[in-house]
Amino acid sequence: MNRRVLHIARNTFREAVRDRVLYNLIAFALLMSGAAILVGQISIDIERLVVINLGLTAVSLFGVVIAIFIGIGLVSKEIDRRTLYTILTRPVRRWEFITGKFFGLAGTLLVNTLCMAVGVFAALLYVSHRFQRADGWVLVALYFIVLQFLIITALALLFSAFSTPLMSAVFAFALFVVGCFSEDLRGFAAMAHGAEKWLATAAAYVIPNFSALNVITSVAHGQPVSGQLVLYNTIYALIYVLMALSGAVLIFERRNLK
Amino acid sequence: MKASGKVTIVAGLLLLGSLAGSVVLLRKIDRMRSHASLEEVLYISSPKALKRLSLGYDGLLADIYWTRAVQYFGATHSQGSEHYELLAPLLEITTTLDPHLLVAYEYGANFMAAKRPNGAGQPEEAAKLVERGIESNPHEWRLYYNLGFIYYMELKDYPKAAAAFSQGSQVSNAHPFLKVLAAQMAQHAGDAEMARMLWTTTYESTQDHMIRANALAHLRALRVDQDITAMEERIEMYQKRTGKLPESFADLIQSGLLPGVPLDPLGHAYKLMDDGRVEVRTPDDLPFIEKGKPLGYVPPKVPKFLPSD
Amino acid sequence: MPAIEILGLEKTYHVGFWRKQAKRALHPLQLTVAEGEIFGFLGPNGAGKTTTIKMLMGLVFPSGGTARVLGGSISDPAVRAQVGFLPEQPYFYDYLTARELLEYYGQLSGIPGQERRQKVKAMLERVGLGEAGNVQLRKFSKGMLQRVGIAQAILHDPKIVIFDEPMSGLDPMGRREVRDLIEQLKQEGKTVFFSTHILSDAEALCDRVAILHQGQLRGVGAVAELTANVQGKIELIWSGTTAPAALKAISAELHVSGDTVRAVLAEDRQESALDILKQSGLRLISLTPVRSSLEDYFVSQVGPDKISAGAGS
Repeated sequence: MNRRVLHIARNTFREAVRDRVLYNLIAFALLMSGAAILVGQISIDIERLVVINLGLTAVSLFGVVIAIFIGIGLVSKEIDRRTLYTILTRPVRRWEFITGKFFGLAGTLLVNTLCMAVGVFAALLYVSHRFQRADGWVLVALYFIVLQFLIITALALLFSAFSTPLMSAVFAFALFVVGCFSEDLRGFAAMAHGAEKWLATAAAYVIPNFSALNVITSVAHGQPVSGQLVLYNTIYALIYVLMALSGAVLIFERRNLK
Repeated sequence: MKASGKVTIVAGLLLLGSLAGSVVLLRKIDRMRSHASLEEVLYISSPKALKRLSLGYDGLLADIYWTRAVQYFGATHSQGSEHYELLAPLLEITTTLDPHLLVAYEYGANFMAAKRPNGAGQPEEAAKLVERGIESNPHEWRLYYNLGFIYYMELKDYPKAAAAFSQGSQVSNAHPFLKVLAAQMAQHAGDAEMARMLWTTTYESTQDHMIRANALAHLRALRVDQDITAMEERIEMYQKRTGKLPESFADLIQSGLLPGVPLDPLGHAYKLMDDGRVEVRTPDDLPFIEKGKPLGYVPPKVPKFLPSD
Repeated sequence: MPAIEILGLEKTYHVGFWRKQAKRALHPLQLTVAEGEIFGFLGPNGAGKTTTIKMLMGLVFPSGGTARVLGGSISDPAVRAQVGFLPEQPYFYDYLTARELLEYYGQLSGIPGQERRQKVKAMLERVGLGEAGNVQLRKFSKGMLQRVGIAQAILHDPKIVIFDEPMSGLDPMGRREVRDLIEQLKQEGKTVFFSTHILSDAEALCDRVAILHQGQLRGVGAVAELTANVQGKIELIWSGTTAPAALKAISAELHVSGDTVRAVLAEDRQESALDILKQSGLRLISLTPVRSSLEDYFVSQVGPDKISAGAGS
């Protein structure tokens, strides 16, 4: 990979770590251990279910909040504080900056998610005393969650390339919520008529598809995830990231840094 | 000094390419998961818990589940599948989240209660759903109507149907027809005329296009059956009078038994067969008919009452 | 080949909610900076200096015109590698130490590993931050940050150095150090282009200056050339406690202190002033020509109304 992209990514990761982003892991650890102990008091059947549901949901929400707030801060903070001036006046291209920021944040989220995954599995081990074959599907669910983070990060970058931090956060969060219901949205679109149908369909296809990336419930019930879905979701997420980043580059390339 | 042209072109192409790619993949994923996301309702053991979890946004969530129910039924129906396992839980969740969503009960009465392949074939569950609806909305005459409809059409429990109609007729603003239905129930239960009245009421009182289309198909079928019964009487009279079967409708018209060539509800002329039977020309477009089907006719797997789209 | 050629750069900002209102931040500007010179870019706050520099650095896109740096375009990374830039009131990643920051910038400028470490170390010494190299920048004072800013601008040994208000916010000692550093850079053969609204700095340092006011170029040339055309002044001191009315009318300044009176007036009024004094019987103590400064020239171009008047960002 381009070396400057790598340097920017590394510095972004360093920024996140030094800004104590990873402290959220403490809250997560407390949540998981509390849940594991409490649920242990209930019944055998449901405890795995609760640990997986709660664990994966927490991983997802913590990560989404981090992705949005840091993702937004990345570019707009650099513009606000004018730290960008001394970067872009070096032999760094604007697209390299955007790409580097993306990889830096993606790396941060990946490390964060890995730590959380260890926590989830530790809690699972605590409640059921041994790992089961079905626990493998939890890994797939975690993988899908990471794919979600990648999409959100790219979107946060896209918004912060042209909007204020607050508006960017609002946009990104709204898209996340709407994206969770994107399959329903395509359902709505299919039921509409005329011009509305075209508009709704277009919107429904542009909105990120988080529905298919959320398999927490079925995984908690030990249901397998088809290999084809893993493949399609992976390609979809990568393509979506590429789309959002291309948009961010297109906008940022033209932006006046006042 | 200017934005780099090369970067713009590359990023622009990537943007368009990935947009197209994402649509293609979404379609693949959606096809694969046609019901996957819905199956989660099977894990929701307590719709009440879901209502609490919705943090007060239960109205919105109900709308989402309602859309899912309609989608699910529409998609399953058009695929020709006879399995509607998820319809009952979807409707139950919908009505728990928003007990005032009347159209959901109406749906239950029409499609959950109906026999397969036109519905889920769960009339008892449908009746329970509507009864719960009446508990939450005691002043909605439609729900009493829906309940009576299930009892009459699917469970053939005419006294209970009559009771539901007469209860409904006491609600203020009730459709005056409910009183008529209740009164006629004792005398005309099982008549084609009774069924016609019911379907007409359903047709007139609903806003949902699927329920409406279903009612219309049933009304058409009733008319076809009525038409053919009448024509068969005339043919019999002709045969008695002349000792032979009419060769065409013209024979019947000449002998004054028919005023003209009769048309079915879709506007096609009926066919007079050599053996004296009357057939419709497009049996696939007239689901639910009892008479007028060609000999050895195999109906399509799914009754075609949905508006073609 | 000139170091910097500004060929008709102009900028119009669109302001207001609907971006309908056009605001001219810079009228088409022609300017050439020769290689190896120290060039001062002067003007009151809001004259359009920073806008010009940002366009020059490719941070803001011009509404018209172009600029060439070392004969190439600033959008070419190879050209940017030859330019060092210090923005106005710089702010840096405050979670990094000075050493880490310079390391990072060195990486982005493409300085290879071993050389980079040496350069960073030498640079920290050069700007007097040898001791503070491992302190996070959030603990730095404003003056120290300015030093870091200068260090990052010259770290990669650029041919051209562009400073936006390098002396602002510094104490007199700090300003002195920056001045010395700019002199050193010139000795090293670098071209220095800096903006300032502090005229004495420019007068002391610059080979040539340009004066910008309200987005328009008001003058460009060597300091001596510019001041030569300003009308000279003389200072008259005589004994007495009042000034004759006729003398009052032609004086630019008039002060009475104890039993002497001091008046400043235009050179060409000298004869008539002496006549008036003679007629009034007042005794002349001294007559001295006043050397005209860059400030006089500046005021003559920009107007004495105020040095901080004007529009723009």
